[in-house]
Amino acid sequence: MDTFVQQLINGLTIGSIYALIALGYTMVYGILRFINFAHGDIYMAGAYAGLFIATGFGFSVSPSVFAFAITLIGSMVVAAIFGIIIERFAYRPVRKFSRMTTLITAIGVSLFIENLFVFLFTNTPRAFPELLSNRTYHLFGNAAISKSQLLIFAVSILLMVLLQYIVFKTKIGTAMRAVSFNLASAKLMGINTNFIISFTFALGSALAAAGGVLTTQYTPQIYPLMGIITGLKAFVAAVLGGIGNVPGAVLGGLLIGMAETMVVGYGIKIGIPSTFRDAVAFAILIIVLLVRPSGLLGTTVQEKV
Amino acid sequence: MGPYLKYLLSALVILGLLIAINAMLSEAGLFGFGLSDYYGRLVVFIGINVILAVSLNLINGVTGQFSIGHAGFMAVGAYVSAYFTVYHGKAIEAWLTSHSFGLVGPTISSTLVLLLVILIGAVASALAGLIVGIPSLRLKGDYLAIVTLGFAEIIRIVIVNIDKVGGPTGLTVPGYANFLWVGIFAVVTIVIVHNIVKSNLGRALVSIREDELAAEAMGINTTRYKVIAFVISSAFAGIAGVLFAHYNKFLSTQDFQFIRSFEIIIMIVLGGLGSMTGAVLGAVVITILPEALRRLPDIHVGAHTFQLVDLRLVIYAALLIVVMLTRPQGILGTREFNLRWLKRKPVQEKLP
Repeated sequence: MDTFVQQLINGLTIGSIYALIALGYTMVYGILRFINFAHGDIYMAGAYAGLFIATGFGFSVSPSVFAFAITLIGSMVVAAIFGIIIERFAYRPVRKFSRMTTLITAIGVSLFIENLFVFLFTNTPRAFPELLSNRTYHLFGNAAISKSQLLIFAVSILLMVLLQYIVFKTKIGTAMRAVSFNLASAKLMGINTNFIISFTFALGSALAAAGGVLTTQYTPQIYPLMGIITGLKAFVAAVLGGIGNVPGAVLGGLLIGMAETMVVGYGIKIGIPSTFRDAVAFAILIIVLLVRPSGLLGTTVQEKV
Repeated sequence: MGPYLKYLLSALVILGLLIAINAMLSEAGLFGFGLSDYYGRLVVFIGINVILAVSLNLINGVTGQFSIGHAGFMAVGAYVSAYFTVYHGKAIEAWLTSHSFGLVGPTISSTLVLLLVILIGAVASALAGLIVGIPSLRLKGDYLAIVTLGFAEIIRIVIVNIDKVGGPTGLTVPGYANFLWVGIFAVVTIVIVHNIVKSNLGRALVSIREDELAAEAMGINTTRYKVIAFVISSAFAGIAGVLFAHYNKFLSTQDFQFIRSFEIIIMIVLGGLGSMTGAVLGAVVITILPEALRRLPDIHVGAHTFQLVDLRLVIYAALLIVVMLTRPQGILGTREFNLRWLKRKPVQEKLP
């Protein structure tokens, strides 16, 4: 039971990070019907931005809540600007072209960011400083939860609530939903769709950067290719929940995170070695999509002739 | 007998050309002209990538289905065939040489083994394509894409966990393949896919691409045709995998990561989606480009020297984006390169 609770906590920790990244995928997809393959790399860039802010301000020697908040917000701002730039110069010009063209552009952007970061910072992993004095709280039995894990939960929940507020209670959120519903009509209604799309990219990228900084407090190493597999799993999470659906992305992220830790913890008992960890996300996705072709919370659109 | 003679002649000419190139790549060279090993590898990889690109074009370009798991099927072919050659290859070769009254020497027997494992690899990949295709081809667009990507990753992770084929450390494979076989199979792939596109089956596939609902209304069993295209395409990916395994002489699952699938997609989109010559062109460009960028010069700015070579992958990615921004339909679009282009006359402008 103790180990189960422990696995649950670990799974939720990884899951909330996946959820934060998945939100970016799902929002962009909801508006543009476009898979932003570079999103995982924005997550990585956000982590690097966090590293430079933390070391630049000397937070590594004096950890505090303040230091963490500055690093988190700083990296979110940097990533938001980064996202806007990518959208403006790479995606906007190809938006009107076919799906394949936008896909290749996204892959190109992803390769560009990865290789640029490898060039600038080399492939060697860098240690990320601990921004909060870490301690572990013992729950019942042997299960424990660390301060960084609590932090990851708290920040993720806060950001998700904030996102929900922005999307459903503000004017810009209404505009976002309108654009997602029908881009052309939204334009006719006087919505500045280009601005809304930029804003969506900024929002998604900021959430990915938050995910990046939070990851570093859990596994304190960053490297230029860290976004590939995490980004892919977050994307799987977004599709699992029903791509384009905001609560679905959170649900998908948590599910994938938990499935992964459960396979590491218990898989061996049912004959699945822990090396299959990375395959589990895909296996779940495939099974779910075969039963519900548009994801768990996705709605099927009836095709009209 | 006219057209058949023409086909036979062109087949002979192509075969002769391939044999000549193969000789050029060998150590002795052809009449003193030889290419170094480095270029030899490059030419062989172009051939393998042509097979991959042309076969993927059948799904993504012709049928309009969005599959990004081609590397997975390539891996199936590569590993299944490598398993056979590593564990049974020597035995089959020995049996062949001892049961043929001295007619079959070591060269012929290794070639026969290669052809056998190509068949095995193609069948294995086709089966994998069938197993993946039947459930997933009901999905559409991006959902299909992510499921094929997922299957490819699962295939890769399963292979990593099989110790018999080397697991994470990789597998050494006997080098049976050479340029000649890669070239022959590249040509065979092009011919077969070309004929499929021009056949009834091809018309059905194109109609699915143009409008699935309309195609279904016309009585085309869309799922069935999609699965057929998927299986054929997977079989060719398997052949490419077999050739890759037996040319590279070493297999590692690192070579079949999803970035490999993306690379094949890039080839066909860059060349022009749906255009066969475009796929070939894309395969050539994408194979050569990273190597060509290794020759980037150093730039001297004052006392500083910048080695552009270190930036080659960044430049590669940037070029990719620039091509997509400037020619979103790919280099050839949906047209096919045709020799008639060269001799066509300028259109006379009619005056009123």
